[in-house]
Amino acid sequence: MTLLALEGITKSYGPTLANDAVSLTVHRGHIHALLGENGAGKSTLVKIIYGVTQPDAGVIRWRGDAIAVRSPAQARALGIGMVFQHFSLFETMTVVENISLAIPLSQRELTRMIADIGSRLHLEVDPEAPVHSLSVGERQRVEIIRCLLQNPELIIMDEPTAVLPPNLVPSLFVTLRQLANEGRAIIFISHKLEELRALCHIATVMRQGKVVATTDPQAVSADALARLMIGRSMPHVERSGSPPPGEGQLVVEDLSTVPTEPHVMPLDHVTLTAKAGEIVGIAGVSGNGQEELLRILSGEVQLTGLLAQRVRLGSTAIGELDAFARRQLGLANVPAERLGRGAVGSLSLALNALLTGPRDRLVTHGFIRSAAVKKFAGSIIAKYDVRCSGAEAEADSLSGGNLQKFIVGREIELSPKVLIVAQPTWGVDVGASAAIRQKLLDIAARGMAILVVSEDLDELLAITDRIHVMFRGRLSSSIATRGTDVEAIGLAMTGAFEALTGQTEPRLAHA
Amino acid sequence: MREGLLNLPRLKLELRTDRSRFAVVGVSLMAVIASFAVGMILLAILGRSPMRVANAFFIQPFTSLYGIGEILLKTGPLLLVAQGLAVGYRANVWNIGAEGQLIVGAIAAGVLALYFDSSNSIFLLPAMIIVGALAGAAWAAIAAFLRVRWNANEILTTFMLSSVALQLLYYLVTGPLRDPHGQNFPQSALFSDAALFGTLIPGARANTSLLLGLAATLICYVFMQHSIHGFRLIVSGLAPRAARYAGFGEARAVWIGLIAGGVCAGIAGVGEVAGPIGMLQRVLSPGYGFAAIIVAFLGGLHPIGIVFAAVLMALLYVGGDFALVSASVPNAFATIFQSQLLVFYLAGALLAVYRVRLIWRSGQVPT
Amino acid sequence: MMDTLMFIVLGTLGATTPLLFAALGELVAERSGVLNLSIEGMMATGAAVGFAVTTLTHSYGLGFLAGALAAGALSLAFGVLVLVCLANQVAAGLAIGLLGLGVSALVGKPFEGNTVPPLPKLNVLGLTDVPIIGPILFGQDILVYAGVALLAILAWIFKRTRLGLIIRAVGEAPTVARDVGYPVIGIRFGCVAFGGLLAGIGGTYLSTAYTALWTEGLVAGRGWIAVALVVFGSWIPLRIAIGAYVFGALSLLELSIQALGLDVPSQFLSALPYVTTIVVLAVISRDATYLRLNRPVALGKVFRSDG
Repeated sequence: MTLLALEGITKSYGPTLANDAVSLTVHRGHIHALLGENGAGKSTLVKIIYGVTQPDAGVIRWRGDAIAVRSPAQARALGIGMVFQHFSLFETMTVVENISLAIPLSQRELTRMIADIGSRLHLEVDPEAPVHSLSVGERQRVEIIRCLLQNPELIIMDEPTAVLPPNLVPSLFVTLRQLANEGRAIIFISHKLEELRALCHIATVMRQGKVVATTDPQAVSADALARLMIGRSMPHVERSGSPPPGEGQLVVEDLSTVPTEPHVMPLDHVTLTAKAGEIVGIAGVSGNGQEELLRILSGEVQLTGLLAQRVRLGSTAIGELDAFARRQLGLANVPAERLGRGAVGSLSLALNALLTGPRDRLVTHGFIRSAAVKKFAGSIIAKYDVRCSGAEAEADSLSGGNLQKFIVGREIELSPKVLIVAQPTWGVDVGASAAIRQKLLDIAARGMAILVVSEDLDELLAITDRIHVMFRGRLSSSIATRGTDVEAIGLAMTGAFEALTGQTEPRLAHA
Repeated sequence: MREGLLNLPRLKLELRTDRSRFAVVGVSLMAVIASFAVGMILLAILGRSPMRVANAFFIQPFTSLYGIGEILLKTGPLLLVAQGLAVGYRANVWNIGAEGQLIVGAIAAGVLALYFDSSNSIFLLPAMIIVGALAGAAWAAIAAFLRVRWNANEILTTFMLSSVALQLLYYLVTGPLRDPHGQNFPQSALFSDAALFGTLIPGARANTSLLLGLAATLICYVFMQHSIHGFRLIVSGLAPRAARYAGFGEARAVWIGLIAGGVCAGIAGVGEVAGPIGMLQRVLSPGYGFAAIIVAFLGGLHPIGIVFAAVLMALLYVGGDFALVSASVPNAFATIFQSQLLVFYLAGALLAVYRVRLIWRSGQVPT
Repeated sequence: MMDTLMFIVLGTLGATTPLLFAALGELVAERSGVLNLSIEGMMATGAAVGFAVTTLTHSYGLGFLAGALAAGALSLAFGVLVLVCLANQVAAGLAIGLLGLGVSALVGKPFEGNTVPPLPKLNVLGLTDVPIIGPILFGQDILVYAGVALLAILAWIFKRTRLGLIIRAVGEAPTVARDVGYPVIGIRFGCVAFGGLLAGIGGTYLSTAYTALWTEGLVAGRGWIAVALVVFGSWIPLRIAIGAYVFGALSLLELSIQALGLDVPSQFLSALPYVTTIVVLAVISRDATYLRLNRPVALGKVFRSDG
């Protein structure tokens, strides 16, 4: 039975046509995949369904009747629920308090209901725990429980597996199948093709704002789906036979930190080495200390005293130095957040190039050399295929992929000895992602040491020589990427480091 | 939980693709016009003739050499202090205590002048300026230190220090620095001529303070627009995480931001005390320290814009005096007018960056 | 001398009350994420308007109501600037604060020199005859007791009620609150307006009860101290109240010192509250972790409702 029907939904944001006459039908009891690369229009479409935004044209039919969904509250009242990719949770409050903000029942009753749903659907979580203490998987459960408590007939899930370690995915799927069996419908947004084929009854593929196909994912190959998604074959990266790695360029030796701020993960005897000519990856779900480690490595957080010796560039201890000093010594980095951190949105690309660009070329006696800055920015734009209106374009006018190419290019143009990259292709379209990954491989082949931290395991498998796994502030020892067992890495992402080596890690002990 | 509000027309913000300088100037002009309009209405309510008052505020000051001189005289300190404050504001360092830094600068210069009261040296004035600048810087540095070392919010500390400075001044002019021949008035002895600024135009009181303000304008312009130090401050203000990412130290931004204001305010203090006042007394400034804050914002935190805003604010001060005399408009009106300017400017600043669209009934459009 | 000390102790609660009202009002605004620095101006407006109306109507009730509404109107203007026009909260606070001072001077000038009979003291349960504690606990004017009640109510609201949870949510993560479905702008407006009303009451108290007259500069920085008190109290009502009490006592220190016959320049004593504020602020802020745990996360940040 048809629950939701979208007819001719159109929406633009300024000059961009995000949804172009999209039509979609969702039936009860179905898990309906919504497939497409970044920027295809999936998020816009579900925002329209959930009432966060309104379409410019088109009809939404809910159980046959044409409706206008003007707010999430109205969507929920109709029976449409949504679990966002970025959790809508208040960190300083407990699970029950968070849920009570959405559901007007007493906290005692809610506690009972949370436990009830938890056990019934494999979504156990402690109601009294403050959210900031929960792992990502647990937070997702809170989101799902909150959504379910409002008894939705249609549940929209936005990239739910992006934040889960691989081995927690099956239990989520069990939950979803159970919900579908209860007669609910699920819209499942993802770009992970293998998962979709395992879980979903039907898939709608979007590309550049339009629906290009509606098909049964189990009847089609992953490659065919990929081709529908991006309009051509999936680009592969070329790995040239790399020369054996050179000296250790970036060394972290047994680094443990005691955080002074709340909600910061302490690092626990972290040791790693990135050698010239190799790409080292750190896998793991976000929130396990990657951000803390990255900030210490980039110089955004500085170490004092003896700790400062534990982070070295070559033989120089750099723990005490700020990011500028580290760049002078040859350590560049690309952060996970583009706007607001890697680049300043309201400034031009030229000024953003000045942000971390080579100071000796761009500044003389304290004065900015505008011509040199513009030229430098222009060379980055040309060399890294950054689509924009020129060096004077404001950074926030670029698409995610192009801005990422610019930032990566800017850091590489410093000719550093070591490049650290966090989430290199998050939110970036397939074309730009392939270009960035290829670039990383190319510069590694020319002798740069690269450290990549990414939630995307497939990406790490594609480009790294060695992989570590990070979990709760601990870093596993690395294993060679080629020929590695993906399942072992998945297990390690939940803390079982011994799965990587087949032996007991010497330092496991405490929980 | 209730449903969304009634289906009222909504405002939607769209980032402008043409963020030009003209938009900002337009907003300033609009603020002036709006304040003007509201001011006229207020005057009408108060029973004053709007035309007479407008005349007093905006025409009369220009009709005499004295009036023009007064405008220039008042522009000096406003311009000077606002330039210093703007440097900090662009870095999100909020110096609210310029009034106190001005007072401390004046005190320091005054002490020097009184100590060397029999000197004729041409070095006395420059020394006073330097001492005043250092004193203002030191007063601001207290707040900088507290912020950098102990995270203390500089808005509160600079304001409190300002109040402390005022009490310090009161104490000094009623006690240690009181003129023994002054019939017990709370003021110091008059400064000798060597410690006074000469006037720029005979017959008017405008003095070197204005030149110092223009110099500050030039320095700040070059500093903010063309130097890497200014760039660092701007980034700190726009995106602190990006500043940290680039290695631009936050501590340094705080120090520079606060001390820039302190130096300028301190020098402005010297300008008052070595200028029209000529001694230390209880009232050294008609609130320049606070008015300069408005000037800084009204000028869009831009060195050139601040020049215009400073002249406008000086005009309002002078016009207020004229209006008090010729149309018996209470001084409070000038304060209201000044603050209104800032209110309307802030209200309109949005429009320089975003285009506002009115959206009527949202929802589906029947196909 | 005993009488003087008694007078001082009695007076402390009176000195505390305006600070308490203003600080608690600011607490509510800040808990919802809005930093309102115009309290000084709002109190001044409340003081002038309240005094004027009380003088004209001989009714304290109307005076307090008028003072509260006048300050409330200012706070709504502040709200429009900050929540609709997305202005920088510091600049907007200063602007409205200055406007409030100007309005106060304008309204109050004609009444300068008048006095009103001070707000009468009550005789709660008839216990004012009990030695020492009698007058202190049972012989205060009604607003002192209202202040205590306000403290209790706010503490309860933030700890135990849904409303308090919602306000905290808006102050911590407004985008999340919006996604969950709450009207963030509306809630913030309400909190800012509430803060304005309370600041107005605090200001009116100054001119009708504390000093029973109006002059320019009556507020004398209390509005700023109220803002500081919110930080001192780590955004917790009871602690803020304790801070208000300590500062109330401090402001009477001048009288005490004179009563004790010590020769301290009056300016030092006048500066004392400000110096104390700086010192306490520095000490409290040192522990960045603690501050960050209690401070509403989104305080002072601009919120775009469609962002």
